[in-house]
Order: sequence, then C-alpha cells, then structure tokens
Amino acid sequence: MKILVCISHVPDTTSKINFTEENTKFDSNGVQFVINPNDEFGLTRAMWFKEKQGAEVTVVNVGTSETEPTLRKALAIGADGAIRINTPATNSFSVAKQLANVAKDGAYDLIIAGRESIDYNGGMVPGMLAALIDANFVNNCINLDVEGSDAKATREIDGGKETVSTTLPLVIGGQKGLVEESDLRIPNMRGIMMARKKPLTVVEANETSKETTSISFEKPTPKGAVKLVASDNIDELVNLLHNEAKVI
Amino acid sequence: MKPDLFEAPDYYNLDELLTDEHKLVRDAAREWVKREVSPIIEEYAQKAEFPTQIINGLAEIGAFGPYIPMEYGGAGLDQISYGLIMQEIERGDSGVRSTASVQSSLVMYPIWKYGNEEQRQKYLPKLASGEWIGCFGLTEPDHGSNPGGMVTNFKDKGDHYLLNGAKMWISNAPFAQVAIVWAKDETGRIHGLIVERGMEGFTTPETHNKWSLRASATGELIFDNVKVPKENLLPNKSGLGAPLGCLDSARYGIAWGAIGAAMDCYDTALRYSKERMQFGKPIGQFQLQQKKLAEMITEITKAQLLTWRLGVLRNHGKATSAQISMAKRNNVDMAINIAREARQMLGGMGITGEYSIMRHSMNLESVITYEGTHDIHLLITGLDITGLNAFK
Repeated sequence: MKILVCISHVPDTTSKINFTEENTKFDSNGVQFVINPNDEFGLTRAMWFKEKQGAEVTVVNVGTSETEPTLRKALAIGADGAIRINTPATNSFSVAKQLANVAKDGAYDLIIAGRESIDYNGGMVPGMLAALIDANFVNNCINLDVEGSDAKATREIDGGKETVSTTLPLVIGGQKGLVEESDLRIPNMRGIMMARKKPLTVVEANETSKETTSISFEKPTPKGAVKLVASDNIDELVNLLHNEAKVI
Repeated sequence: MKPDLFEAPDYYNLDELLTDEHKLVRDAAREWVKREVSPIIEEYAQKAEFPTQIINGLAEIGAFGPYIPMEYGGAGLDQISYGLIMQEIERGDSGVRSTASVQSSLVMYPIWKYGNEEQRQKYLPKLASGEWIGCFGLTEPDHGSNPGGMVTNFKDKGDHYLLNGAKMWISNAPFAQVAIVWAKDETGRIHGLIVERGMEGFTTPETHNKWSLRASATGELIFDNVKVPKENLLPNKSGLGAPLGCLDSARYGIAWGAIGAAMDCYDTALRYSKERMQFGKPIGQFQLQQKKLAEMITEITKAQLLTWRLGVLRNHGKATSAQISMAKRNNVDMAINIAREARQMLGGMGITGEYSIMRHSMNLESVITYEGTHDIHLLITGLDITGLNAFK
C-alpha cells in the first residue's frame, strides 16, 4: 500500500499571533512551527500501517523552503520520503490542486490529510483533493483499517460515530482518534540520523493561480472583565443582561 | 506537580545560529523530557531514587554518547547537538543529566579515545543503547580538587592487575555495570582501567541522605584486591591528562546543562509573576520582580551566546580546557543565582514540590561543586591568563 500523508507546517499552539504590514500578513517572527496536530495523528497512523502492513509512506507539503524542517521531522519519525511543492500555501483550493498533482503522479492508495490545519482552520483541502483525484472520501476520521483494497473507517458525526466501508483509493480527513496523543512519536536519534539519507524532493508548483486572496486579518476583541452576580440576586442578573449586555 | 508548561526563552533569536538538525535533536529531547521526565521527576527526587525506567528513553533521544561515531552505536552528532541534549535533560533535572553526562563523557568518551578497537566494540554499543550503565572513578575521600594525589593503585601480577583503593562521590555507582577507574601503577603513573560489576572484591555502596541530586544514584567504588584482566587497561593515554580530557567533555556538557536548569527556573518565575496577584495586580508589575526577571533573561542570553561559541570552538577541536572551565563556572553560577531569585519570587510556593525551582536549586549545589569546584575553575582561568600557578 502506498500512503501519502499531507503535512501542514503551522504555528505551535502556544505561539503569540500577530500581524504585520497593516494586518495583511502573519508575523512569523519568533514563532515556532510544528506539524499540524491533525496531520500528526494521521502520520502516526501511517507509521502503524508501515510497521504492521508494510506500507510505504511519503509525506507532502505545499510550502516554501522554510517548511523543510517540518518534513525532516516527519522523515525522522519514520516516513520513507518527502515531497515539498515549492509554493506558499495561500488558500485551500490552490493547495488541494497542488496536492492532487502529486497524488496522481504517485498513484497512492491512501491519502491521509488532517481534517483541518490549526492555523487558518479551512477544513476544505481533504474534500477538494478527493474530488480532484476522483477518490473516495471520509472526513472527521477517527479510526481506519485497510485490508487489501477495502477500507473500514469510523467518522465522528454529531452526537456519535458512524462506521463506513469503502474502497481504495481513499482520502481521509483525519483527527485525534486515529491514534491517541500518547501514541504520537518523538523522533529518536536513530530516526534523525536515518532522515539525513532519505529523499526530500522539491517539485515546482505547476499552477499558482489564487482563487481567493487575503485582504486583512483581525484578532478577536479582548474579553472584558467578568462581573460576578450573587446566586440569589436574579434581578440584578436580568438587569445586566437586559440593559448592559443587551442580549435579552 | 504542576503540568510542564515550559516555553524556552530565546531573547536574541539564537535559534538562527543552529542548524535544522540541531533544532530537531533539541526539540525531540525537549518533548521527551516533557513527556517522560517532568511528570515523574519530583516523586523520584522526593524518594531519593533514580528512575531507571527512563534509561531506554535517554538512549533513544541520543543522550548516551551522541558524538560517538555510528559504527560504535553512537549518533555521530556534533558537539552543539550534545550540548543541546544536555541542556534539555537538565531543564528536567540535573540528576538525570548527570547520569547522561557520566555515561557519555566519562565512560564512553575514554573508551572511544583511549581504548583499543576491541574495547570499543565490546563496550560502546551496549553503553549507547543503555543496556549497560557506566560510572567514572577519579575522586577519592582524601583527593577531590587534587586528583593527582590519588592513592588507588594497581600492581602487575603477570596475568592480571591487582587493584586496591576507594573512590567517592561516584554518580551511577550503585547500579553501573562498568566503571572507568583511574589508578596509579607501580611507578606512580595514572592509568584508566575498565572494572566490571561482579569482579571479586569490587563493591559499590550507595551514598544516602543527600539533599541534592536526589533523583541520581551516588555511591562509592571500593576495590579490595580486585583482579582486573590486563586487556581492561585503556592503552592509548595515561597520566592525569587522560581523566582531565574526559572532564573537559563533561564540563562542556554541564555548561549547556546549567542553562537548561536556569531556563526552567526563569520560565516558571515569569509565568508565576503574571498569575500571582498581590496588592491588586500581578507581582510581575512590581519593579523589584521585574529587576529579577530582567537580570535573569540577560544572564541566560549571555550564557547561551558564550556556550554556543564554545560549541563552535569544540566542533573545530579548538576549545581549550581553560575556556571550558570559564563556561562551566559562569553558567552554573548563573543558574544557581537564578534558581535562588526565582525561588524568592514564588514565595512559599517556591519551596514546595509543586514547582521545580527548589529541586533545581538544591541540585545546582552539587553541580557547582562537582567536575571542578567553582573556585578551582576560577584558578584555572587565573593560571591561564597570568601563567602563574596558584594551586601549588
């Protein structure tokens, strides 16, 4: 089985988010970047397929050379090879199109993407990618088993879970549940040394048209002070909600 | 203990001086410490026990001989990578870092540098994987800062050496399978011998009741007519310079490690200063607290630069013993002062096991003494710049 894991290079969750150039660009100064957590769950599940079922795992990223340390980490964790599509990841559709080219060229059986990246939270790439390469698609995937060309996937739905059967080629939008946080792997020294010799192929983007362009960014307004109302003072609570918060 | 929320300070963007591989190695060690060391270390320090279950993990992240060539089971990394691993481990605990330092610099390093090929093949892979843990015997009850005065000795008995004497303050001694022991031959010249657990007359009683490095096992090495096979002598270097070469490597690692302990204390105090309210505002808003924090980050930044430069020199084989002494002395002193100031900022909470500061503070009392005391390193610098020896 050939697996392609799509990896987004995203700011660590503890990063302080700021914008530059009059709020038109993300300020990456001093920001630590990590593998998108939803992708990391997928990568870890891919490692399981590699170790238990002999799968071959390639990781792919759409981004500039700044994203290579993230791909190297994926190689150190155990991926067999990495591909970087050399263009900034600007919007979901262009990223999906770039990924589709690599996916078609490599004839992958299973493509694991995170259900959304934690930077812009678009959540559209996996579905668009599946449509572009005409593959089956399971989103919000929390468990996946593959036998031959048959797959059984469990996805999160409102208030519960749904288990579906499908066939390869398949794209999943993965998340926590594919593996648990305690299963996530820290690259070991042997892995880091082996990653030196693994291929990290850079391919040029063959189409860079943008369907959408960001105009500006805004941070949420800071939360105001909290007013505490005694539990027996319902009149005051109603008064505040009505006259001050104006929500009732 | 509180969850480990550590965020590493990098005030001068010094990450830009590191390669991607350095950062990968460091971040892996950092993640491992958060996951495997931070949750358990307080408990082990309190009960004065080394957490043996982390030995495999230490080996996995490359804490045992990362600069040893891959053919001997090492990772073949450079000196900056070694330093960064030590920094991250000591961010967790100086005692755990001590175990890694001893294994790497005081056991694997002399076997690699002063041993023959057979010794390297026999010992290094097992030490790199953590299957065997080693210790290093130089200090004696009556010879600490003056190791050349040692009385431990061995006599040539034809088909073996007969070793007698005692070593003290030996990290890892209680459970080590292998000891690198420095002893004088019949002419008074110092040689290294590889002594293995199980050799008759060799015992390793544990040192109890320490108030420092409580999560690290310390003991004595006692040699009572121990027959050591002749092939266990390290053949390629003798004299006091041999053990001092090992100490250069270990002290270099300590210079990095101390930064880790300091960063953890600073980060804890900074976070606490923004959360702890007194007189209606966070204590971080008071000038005296800001002075402490500002001085801490200044000293950490200076130490980071000093140590990074030392790493570059060491990568080129150009770092002198005196330069290493300066960094070890400066950084440990910097860390112990930051630990004390940070402890004050946390008030009463600072003395509890809820936070790591008091443990770091107590650990650093050992670190400022072992591997050359604070004063001895000063005299090494003094000797280096004046050419005048204040030891004798």
